[in-house]
Amino acid sequence: MTEAINTSRPLTRREWLMSDRPQSRTQARLGRAYLVWSRFASNRLAVVGLAIIIALLLVAAFAPLLAPHSPVAGDLRNARLLPPGGDYLLGTDDQGRDILSRLIYGSRLTLYVVILVAIIAAPIGLLVGTIAGYAGGWVDAVLMRITDIFLAFPKLILALAFVAALGPGIENAVIAIAITSWPPYARIARAETLTVRNSDYIAAVRLMGASPTRIVLRHIMPLCLSSLIVRVTLDMAGIILTAAGLGFLGLGAQPPLPEWGAMIASGRRFIMDQWWVAAMPGFAILIVSLGFNLLGDGLRDALDPRGNNQ
Amino acid sequence: MSSTDTQMESRRSGAWAGNFLWAGGRFLLIGVITFLGLLAVTFFIGRVIPIDPALAIVGDRAPAHVVERVREELGLNLPLYEQFFLYIKGILQGDFGNSVLTTNPVMTDIRRVFPATMELATMGTLIGACIGVPLGVLAAVKRGSLIDQFVRIIGLIGYSVPIFWLGLLALLVFYAKLGWTSGPGRIDVVYEYTFTPITGFYLLDAVIQGNWEAFRNIFSFIILPASLLGYFSLAYISRMTRSFMLNELEQEYIVAARAKGLSETRIIWGHALRNAAVPLVTVIALSYAGLLEGSVLTETVFSWPGLGMYITNSLQNADMNAVLGGTIVIGTVFVAINLLSDLLYRALDPRTRAR
Repeated sequence: MTEAINTSRPLTRREWLMSDRPQSRTQARLGRAYLVWSRFASNRLAVVGLAIIIALLLVAAFAPLLAPHSPVAGDLRNARLLPPGGDYLLGTDDQGRDILSRLIYGSRLTLYVVILVAIIAAPIGLLVGTIAGYAGGWVDAVLMRITDIFLAFPKLILALAFVAALGPGIENAVIAIAITSWPPYARIARAETLTVRNSDYIAAVRLMGASPTRIVLRHIMPLCLSSLIVRVTLDMAGIILTAAGLGFLGLGAQPPLPEWGAMIASGRRFIMDQWWVAAMPGFAILIVSLGFNLLGDGLRDALDPRGNNQ
Repeated sequence: MSSTDTQMESRRSGAWAGNFLWAGGRFLLIGVITFLGLLAVTFFIGRVIPIDPALAIVGDRAPAHVVERVREELGLNLPLYEQFFLYIKGILQGDFGNSVLTTNPVMTDIRRVFPATMELATMGTLIGACIGVPLGVLAAVKRGSLIDQFVRIIGLIGYSVPIFWLGLLALLVFYAKLGWTSGPGRIDVVYEYTFTPITGFYLLDAVIQGNWEAFRNIFSFIILPASLLGYFSLAYISRMTRSFMLNELEQEYIVAARAKGLSETRIIWGHALRNAAVPLVTVIALSYAGLLEGSVLTETVFSWPGLGMYITNSLQNADMNAVLGGTIVIGTVFVAINLLSDLLYRALDPRTRAR
């Protein structure tokens, strides 16, 4: 029957993707991806967000090619606190450095922080959540209590205290933010685990003699991934803002690194007369976190069509 | 018949009260455990992460016998669990140690600066709730309209903008360029001698004393940072109000009310909003707790002499006792507000009592 349909007329690419009788696993996966993508692409703001993030990645990757001047060495004699325009598109700071070049190089630091925090915090949350959800009982109670304690803490304050103890610096800021951002991931992973732990396929895998470790790692964790990715994307804006806040307080990246928050802090002294020194890095932060928020919203709506009445 | 009825009634209300007490006890237990966890974290930060807390206090050039004495005083030679026990005991007695910077006990400092933070956060939440709730209601009623788009944009920017940067821009525009408000600080130096704080909430103090000139001055200082915090609270509250209202407006009782011929105004503000108000209370409480946190950066920008600035000042001077003391206080208030809002939710929503 299906062969008859297949041979009678060649399928268009779209029909092949949308087929409800996929012939192979690859076709099913591609079809699913196509569905998510078409839902995502129909949301114009989400596409804008994606474009912003791709632009950020490109800028960070090609920073040496794009930056017109050096990000750390300034022209102290001729180019101190110049207004935007001319040779220096976004003006210069008190060290005579080109602000645009610093922003371009700063995108690398922003990405560095965001990616590192995600790489550290998401697996911790995933592990804690799936173990708590699958084991149940007192393991669940203890792990969730610990999660709640970290959740109850105001994030920025906890990060501040950690950096205060560890000492300022970008690595310590990353550690501090990661420590404060895993609890929501644990909550999500646990909720997802609870929905699948009693399902038939898990019982089948168990009957086949799979160990709990294998069940959690191979059969439960992959199912938690999509909701986790959405949450991590939505959190990235918050991570950027926290990192910028730490930088603003002098606890993040140390000078002369062109970290955006620290750049705002150094421009603070000149805010009344040379406003661009502090204003420009703020726009960069705003645009990038807006990009992550739009992308996260779009991903959530595309991957989870149930809960998008917002 | 009527007596059994009242008996049933009283038994049921007794069960309600019991249920409520049980819930309260459970909340208290959760609160205590969370508080202990909070102390464990700050203990870990203050005593375990630094290689030698004694050196952190006296500096690495102090002679060996001084370091030894400080170690003795801090109880660093005791086993860790005994140290933790002493730490909790001290904090329960309100002893956070002395601030290196001000040489006062940290508790004294915090008591001095905390009202300023509370005043700012309260004003911010007031602004956020008074504008955010009506805005959210309008956005839900006129779904897809200009107001709806506006609320959406406010929310998006609120979640994406660095608060300290927006504060700097606000200072630049409203203080430096337009001259509408006062700059950083809390009150003009002129009033330093004529104005005596009673409660520590300056606006309230000025009203109590009938000092309207001072009131105007204080207001011109607080309005900018309070509006800034208010904006963030507004972004959150209006978004949540909108989604609660959309949920309520779909319910059948709204259809029933329409069928009865009630006016649309009455249905929206009297019926739908009233039902949405229960979760809204939680949201407003949470945004209040969030503003306490947001105050750290805001106070730094506006030189507002509150707990946030106290913490950042202490940070810059490596004054760990003060930093951790401030952390514990904000953390405790945060936890308390969270639990209270949960309890309030149960008290306000009859459905949660049914179980």
